[in-house]
Amino acid sequence: MTVALSAKEIISQLNAKFPGAAEEAGADSVLVKSESLPAVAEYLKTAEGLKFEYLNYITAVDYYSYFEVVYQMTSLESNRSVVLKTRCYTRDNPTVPSVTRLWQGADFQEREIYDIMGITFEGHPNLKRIFLWDGFPGYPLRKDFNR
Amino acid sequence: MTTTREFTLKTEPFVLNIGPVHPSTHGVYRMRCTLDGEVVIDIEPIFGYLHRGIEKLAEERTYTGFIPLTDRLDYISPMSNNLGYCLAVEKLAGIKVPERAEYIRVIMAELQRLANHCVAIGSMLNDAGAYFTPFMYTFRERERIVDLFDMVCGQRLTYNYMRIGGVSQDIPAEFLPALQKLVDRLTRFIEEYENLLKLNEILLARAKGVGILEKDTAINCGISGPVARASGIKWDLRRNDPYSIYDRFEFDIPTCENGDCYDRYRVRIEEMRQSLRIIEQAMKQVPDGPVKADVPHLIRPPAGEAYAHIEAPKGELGYYIVSDNSIAPYRCHIRPTSLINLAALRQMVKGWKVADLIIIFGSIDITMGEVDR
Amino acid sequence: MALADLALNQPLPMQVTPADWPGGYWWHWLFFTVVIIAFVLIMVMGAIYLERRAMGRMQSRLGPNRTGPFGLLQPVADAVKVLLKENIVPATADKVVHWLAPVVSFAPVLMIFAVVPFQNGALLADLNIGILYVVAISSIATVGVFMAGWGSGNKYSLLGAMRNVAAVVSYEIPLVLAIVGVVIVSGSLSMNQIVAEQDIPYILVQPLGFLIFFIAACAEINRSPFDLMEADSELTAGFHTEYSGMKFAMFYLVEYAEAIAMSAIITTLFLSGWRGPWLPPWLWFIIKTFVVFFVMVWTRTTLPRVRIDQLMGLAWKFLFPLALINLFVTAIQVVVWPDISQWIFVIVNFAIAAVLILLWSKFFKLGQGRIEV
Repeated sequence: MTVALSAKEIISQLNAKFPGAAEEAGADSVLVKSESLPAVAEYLKTAEGLKFEYLNYITAVDYYSYFEVVYQMTSLESNRSVVLKTRCYTRDNPTVPSVTRLWQGADFQEREIYDIMGITFEGHPNLKRIFLWDGFPGYPLRKDFNR
Repeated sequence: MTTTREFTLKTEPFVLNIGPVHPSTHGVYRMRCTLDGEVVIDIEPIFGYLHRGIEKLAEERTYTGFIPLTDRLDYISPMSNNLGYCLAVEKLAGIKVPERAEYIRVIMAELQRLANHCVAIGSMLNDAGAYFTPFMYTFRERERIVDLFDMVCGQRLTYNYMRIGGVSQDIPAEFLPALQKLVDRLTRFIEEYENLLKLNEILLARAKGVGILEKDTAINCGISGPVARASGIKWDLRRNDPYSIYDRFEFDIPTCENGDCYDRYRVRIEEMRQSLRIIEQAMKQVPDGPVKADVPHLIRPPAGEAYAHIEAPKGELGYYIVSDNSIAPYRCHIRPTSLINLAALRQMVKGWKVADLIIIFGSIDITMGEVDR
Repeated sequence: MALADLALNQPLPMQVTPADWPGGYWWHWLFFTVVIIAFVLIMVMGAIYLERRAMGRMQSRLGPNRTGPFGLLQPVADAVKVLLKENIVPATADKVVHWLAPVVSFAPVLMIFAVVPFQNGALLADLNIGILYVVAISSIATVGVFMAGWGSGNKYSLLGAMRNVAAVVSYEIPLVLAIVGVVIVSGSLSMNQIVAEQDIPYILVQPLGFLIFFIAACAEINRSPFDLMEADSELTAGFHTEYSGMKFAMFYLVEYAEAIAMSAIITTLFLSGWRGPWLPPWLWFIIKTFVVFFVMVWTRTTLPRVRIDQLMGLAWKFLFPLALINLFVTAIQVVVWPDISQWIFVIVNFAIAAVLILLWSKFFKLGQGRIEV
C-alpha cells in the first residue's frame, strides 16, 4: 500500500535543510515557495531515506487569487508518496522554476500547463504550446477565459 | 550491437513528416523525423490534433455527467477510465461501494485489460508487417469480449457503465455463464497465439533488442504500465497500491529485463493470462446485493481535493479532482498515461531505422484520445 | 550427357517456328502474342481472386464473396474501379518520367512469358538461351520502379524506390546462382529443354536451389516477407503512392504479373513444367503455377516483414554463400559422376541442404542493430 506521507513528517526534515521554505497545506501536502522548489525537489529525489525518484504528475489549478502547481512523487523502493505544491500570486505572467532537469517526464506536462493555464516555467528547454496552435489567444483553463 | 558510421560521401539529413493521417500511427499523431538515409537522427512529436478540452468541459458538467466524457479519453479501454474517475470522486466524497459492485467492477476492468491488449498486440504486429493476420485473430477475440460488454450495458465502444458509488445496472443472468465460456476459450487462444508467434524468426529479428528503454530512464520519465514492467520495474498499482478489492486476488506481476519491443509484447501476453486468473477468481466469489450505493444524482462532494489512480491497461491512469462543494468539479486533471509514456520516445528511437521507429511506437501502445484529451 | 553438346564448336540450330506450324512465322508469332497477353491478364485476375480469398480464409474471415458467384467477378470490379479513377499527377512530378514508369515496369514482365513453355514446344520463341533472357529482362522492371519513385517528387516514394533497387540488385545473385545449378543438371539454357530433361522434378534434385530461388524470387517481386517497398504501415504505399487511375492499374498488374511470371519460372525450372499424367499439359502448367502462387500467398499471410538491412544481410550473408556451395556441389556431382541415377543425388542433396541450413543459421546474425548517432 502506498503510504502517502503526511505533511508533518516531511516538514520537519525539509525545514531542517531548507529553513522557511516549506509549510503545511492541508493534511497531506507540502507548500513550498517557488524559488526554493528546484532545491527541495532535488533533495526529495536524491536524499537517502527519501528517494522520491518517480514523478506521478504535475498539474495546475486556478484559484482566483493564486495559481497552484501540484507535484506528486513516489518512492518506488519504500512505497511512499509525497505531494508538493507551489503558488504564484500574480495573474499577468506567473512563473515557476522548471523541474525538467530532474525528471525528464516533466517536459510534456509543463508544456501542457503553459499551454492551457499560462504559467511559464523557467529553465524549460522547449517551452512552447503543445496542444493548441501557436497563435491561440489566451489560456483556456483559466477561470476568466471567455466562454 | 552498435556501429559507428563514417561519412565517405557527403550526405545531409532530411526531414520527413510522418502523420498525422497515417495508416499506422495509432490515432492522429505527427512526428517530424530527421533522417539520414534510413537512420533516424531525431524526432519531434507534435500533438494536439485530437484536443477536445475535456478538462475544461469537466468544470461545466455535473460529476455524474462527466462519466461519458471519460469514456472518450482512451477509447480502447473506456471501462478503466470510468473506474478511475469514479474512484477519485468516491475518495473525495467518502462513499463506500457495495460488494457486488466491487466484484463487477473488477471483472469489467480485467476484461477491458484483455480487450486492450488484444488491440495492442495486434497493432504492434501489424506495424511489424504481418499483414493483418495476427490483428484479425486478436480482434476476433476482442469481438467476443465486446459482445459481453454489449450484453451488460448495450454499448460496444463507449460504455458509460460505472457510476459514482457502483455500476449503473446489474449484470444480466446470462452474463456469468457466457463469461465462463469466454475465459475457457481465451485461455486456449492465448496458448495458440503464442505458439504461432513466440519463436517466429522474423518477429525476433524485428523486435528483439530494438528500442531499448533502460530502467533508470523509465523511472525518470515516469513511465508506467507494461512498458515500465518490460524494462524491469516491478511496479503494478494493483499490487503496490491496491484499489477496489484487488488485494483479495492472487495474481503475478510479469516483468522482463531488457526493455525492448519483444519484452513489451511478452509482458502483455503474460498480463492477459494473469487477467484471466483474476476473472476466474472473481467469478466464483461474486455476492448478491445492490450494485450502487445510495448516492444522489447531483452529488456535491465536500470541498477538498483527491487523487486516485488505477492500473489501466496502458499504465497509471489518475484523476486529480478539486471540489468546492458545488455540483460540478472545480478542476479535474487527468494524468495522461499515453502522453507520459511518450516522454522517452526520442531516446528510444535514435539510431534505429524508419521501420523500427514504427514498431517501437506501436509497442508503447498509446491512444491519442488520452494524449490530447 | 547434354553438357557435351554445349561445346562452342557445335552451335544448336535456332528453332523459331516448329516445322509443322501452319501459316509460317508470322501466324505463329501473332497466335502466341495473343495467347500470352490473354494468359497473363486472365491469370492475373485469377491470382488476385485467389490471393484475396485464400488470405481471407487464413485470417479467419471470408474474403470477397459478393461480386458474382463466390466473388469471382471481384478482380473485374477492381479493374473497373481503378480505371474509372481520376488520373492525378502531382505538380512537382517530373512529367515524362512519371508517365513512362508504368510502361517501363510492365513491358518486361510480358516479355518474360515469351520463353515459358506451355506445352512441349509451345512457346513464342524457343531461344536456346531462354533462362538467361529471363534473368536479363526481369531486371529492367526495377528501372521502371525507380523511375516511379523519382518521378513522383515525393520523399516517401523515393525512399521506397531506393529500398527496392537495393533489394533487387542484392537478390539477383543468389537467384542466378540457383538457376545455374539447374542449368548444370539439365545441361541446357533453353526452357523447353530443361522441362524435357526433368524425369525427376528438380525440386527433389536441387532442394537447396529451390529454396534459394523461391526466397530470392519473393524478394525480387516485392512480396511479403520482403514487401517493405510497399509497406502499407510504414510508407503509405511506397513508390506508387502518387499514382492513380490507369497508371496505378499498371503497377497493380505488374505486381501480380511478376508473381505469376516467377511462379511460371519456378514451375518450369523445378516442378517439371507441363509434364504430368492424364490431364492435358497446359492444364498441368496452370495448376502448378497456381500451386506455387498459393505458397507465395501463404508466406505473405503468415510472416511479418523484414527490415531493409536485414533483407540485405539475408541476401549477402546467407543466400549467397549457400548458393555458391550448392553450385559447387552440383558441379562436382555432374562432372565426376555423370552416369549414376539421379535418385542418389536426391538423397545426398537433401542431406547436404539440411546440414547447411541448420549450420549456417546458427552463425548467421540478422541485421545490423542500432547505429550511433
